[in-house]
Amino acid sequence: MTFAVTSKAIGGRLIGDRFASTAEVVVIPVIAVIAALIAFGGFVGLFGVNPVELYTDMYMGAFGTFFSWQNTLTRAAPLILTALCTALPAQLGMVVIGGEGALVMGGLCATAAGLALLGAPPVVVQLAMAVAGMAAGGFWIAFAGALRHYRGVNETISTLLLNYIAIAILNHLVEGAMRDPASLNKPSTHSIGDQNMIGLIPGLGVHWGILFGVVAALIAYILVFHTVFGFSARIAGGNLRAARVVGLPVGKLILTMCFLGGCSAGLAGMVEIAAVQERANANLAAGYGYTGILVAFLARQNPLACIPVAILLGGIGASGGLLQRRLDLPDASVLVLQGIIFIAVLASDTLYGRFKIFQSKAV
Amino acid sequence: MADASSLGFWVVPIAVLGGAVRVSTPFLFVSLGECLTERSGRINLGLEGTLVMSAMVGYGVSYVSGSPWLGVLAAALTGAVLGAVHAVICGLPKVNDIAVGIALMLFGIGLAFFLGKPLIAPKANILPAIDFGWWTTIPQLHDALKINVLFLLGVVLAPVLVWALRSTRWGLVLRTAGESADAARAMGYSVNRIRLRATMTGGFLAGIGGSFLSLYYPGNWNEGLSSGQGITAVALVIFARWNPMLCFWASLLFGGAAALGPALQSVQITWGYHLFGAAPYILTLAIMIVTCSPKRTLVGAPAELSITK
Repeated sequence: MTFAVTSKAIGGRLIGDRFASTAEVVVIPVIAVIAALIAFGGFVGLFGVNPVELYTDMYMGAFGTFFSWQNTLTRAAPLILTALCTALPAQLGMVVIGGEGALVMGGLCATAAGLALLGAPPVVVQLAMAVAGMAAGGFWIAFAGALRHYRGVNETISTLLLNYIAIAILNHLVEGAMRDPASLNKPSTHSIGDQNMIGLIPGLGVHWGILFGVVAALIAYILVFHTVFGFSARIAGGNLRAARVVGLPVGKLILTMCFLGGCSAGLAGMVEIAAVQERANANLAAGYGYTGILVAFLARQNPLACIPVAILLGGIGASGGLLQRRLDLPDASVLVLQGIIFIAVLASDTLYGRFKIFQSKAV
Repeated sequence: MADASSLGFWVVPIAVLGGAVRVSTPFLFVSLGECLTERSGRINLGLEGTLVMSAMVGYGVSYVSGSPWLGVLAAALTGAVLGAVHAVICGLPKVNDIAVGIALMLFGIGLAFFLGKPLIAPKANILPAIDFGWWTTIPQLHDALKINVLFLLGVVLAPVLVWALRSTRWGLVLRTAGESADAARAMGYSVNRIRLRATMTGGFLAGIGGSFLSLYYPGNWNEGLSSGQGITAVALVIFARWNPMLCFWASLLFGGAAALGPALQSVQITWGYHLFGAAPYILTLAIMIVTCSPKRTLVGAPAELSITK
C-alpha cells in the first residue's frame, strides 16, 4: 500500500519535472526573442520609426493575410530543411554552418539532373532531381564530417569555407558550361520546364516544399529521439570519450548525421529550383542556409521545434518587403533583427538552471 | 604600351606579387587580431562581421569628415566595440563562443548593410599609398610597388606582437589565460577581463583591416566588399600555429592566391574567374586538411581553445 502511494508520488513528480524542463526550453527562448524584439524596436526608434507601427506591419506582412501566410510558408520550407543541416550534426556536438553551400550544390545538381532528363515523364524528372539534390548536399556536408573525423579539421570553419566554394562553383557553371545563351542580364541555366515544376498544394497556394520540410523534420525527430542510432549520436554528443569507451562507431555516426543534414539542405536547393526558380542562377544563394543556422539554434537543435521556428523566421523574412515599402526601412532590417535574435538566444543559454520553478524538486 | 607587351607572361607574377601585398593587408590585420584573441583562449568567428561593419564605418567617417585616417580610427574603434560585445556575451557562463561568433558575423553584416545603404553611391577620400616604384618605367611594376601605409604598419606589428606575447608581462598573462584559466585565476587575474581585452584588441586590429577594404583596396563601399576574408583569416591563424610572424607570411600567401584571378584576367585569361576567386578558400581548406590531425592537438594551440579541444 505504502509502496503504491510512493510510486504514484514519484510518477507524479517525474511528470511534473518533465513538464518543468520542457517549460524551461520553451520559456527561455521566448524571453530571448521578446528581449530581441524590444532591442530592435529601440534600434528602429533611433531612425524615427514607431516600434508599435513596425511590429503591426511586421505581423500583417507575416501572418496578417492569406497572401502573407503563403509568402511566409514558402520561405519557411527551405528554412526547415536548412535548419536540419545544422540540427542533425549538432546532436553529436558539431557546429555545422554549411547549409548555404549544401543548398547551392543541391540546387545545382538537381538542375543538372533535370536538364539531363528533359523529355522524360515529370515524375521521373522530379524524382531524379530530388535524388541528385539530396546526394549532392549530403556528400558536400559528409565531406566536412569526414575531414573532422579523419583529419581533425574543425567543421565550423570547413563548412563555412565550403559555402564560398559552392557559390564559386555555381557562378562558374551558370556563367560557363551550363549557361543558357539567352540569359543576358542574369546568367542562368536553361529552364527545367514548366511541366517539371512541383507545383502548389491545392487550395493553399503554397508549394509542396513545405510538406517536404515538415516530413523531413518529423523523420529527423524520430531518428534523433526514438531510435538507437539517434540515442547513440546523443551519447556521443554528450561525451565523446564515453561513447568511444562503450564502443559506439563515432566515425559512422558523424558521417551519417552530416550526410543526412546535407541531404536535407540539398533537398531545399532542389525545392527552390523545382518550385520557385525554375532555373539555377545566383538567386539560389539567397541566405536561407544562414537563416537556417539561426532556426536550428533557436529550436535548440530539436528537429520538431524547427518547424514553428522556421515559420516564425519565414514570417520575419516575408515582412521585409512590407517594411521597405511602408516604413522606408532598408531590406537589411530583417538581417539586423535576425542577428539580434541570434545573439539574444545564445546569451540566454546562461539562464538555464537559474530559475527555481523549472528545477527538479527531487534534488 | 610597348613595355606591357614586352613583359609578356611576366605580367602575371608581377600582378600576383603586387596583389599579394595589396590583398593580404586585411588578412594580415584580421589574423593578427584573431591570433591575440585565440592566444587568450577564446575564438571569435565574428571577425567577418567586424570586417564588413568597420569597412562601412570607416568609409562613412571618411566621407563625412574628409579624412581617411579618421575613418581608419573609427573603423578600429567599431571593431573594438564588436569585440567587447563578443567578449561580454561569452563571459556569461554556459555560452558557446563559436556560436556567438556566428551570430555576431550575421549581425555585423546585417547592420553594415542596414546603415551603409546611403554610402554605396558617394565617393569618400581614400588612403594614400607610398610610391616605391618611382624608378621604373614599367607601368605594371610601378603599380605593384605602390604600397599602402597600413600594410607597412602590419609588417611592423607582426614582430612587435611576437615580442609582446613572449616577453612582456601583458603577453604572459594573456598566454596564461589561454593555456590554463585555472592558473590565471590562481594568480589572481580575472580570466574574463583578460579575454575581454584580448578580444577588444583583436576587434580593433580587424577593424583596421576592414578600413583597408573600403578606404584603399578596392576602395569603395558595397555589399559584396568582403566575402569571407574574415573567416579565411581566422582559419589562417590555425595554419600559422598562433604565431604572429607566421600569420604575416600566411597572409601574403593568401593575398597572392586571391590576386591570381584578377592577374590572369589582365592577360585575357577569363576562364574560371570565379574558381580562381575561390582560390583562398580552397587553399585554406587544403592547408587545414594537410596540417590538422585527429590524433594529437596542434603544436602551439592554446589549451583553452574550444576549437581544438
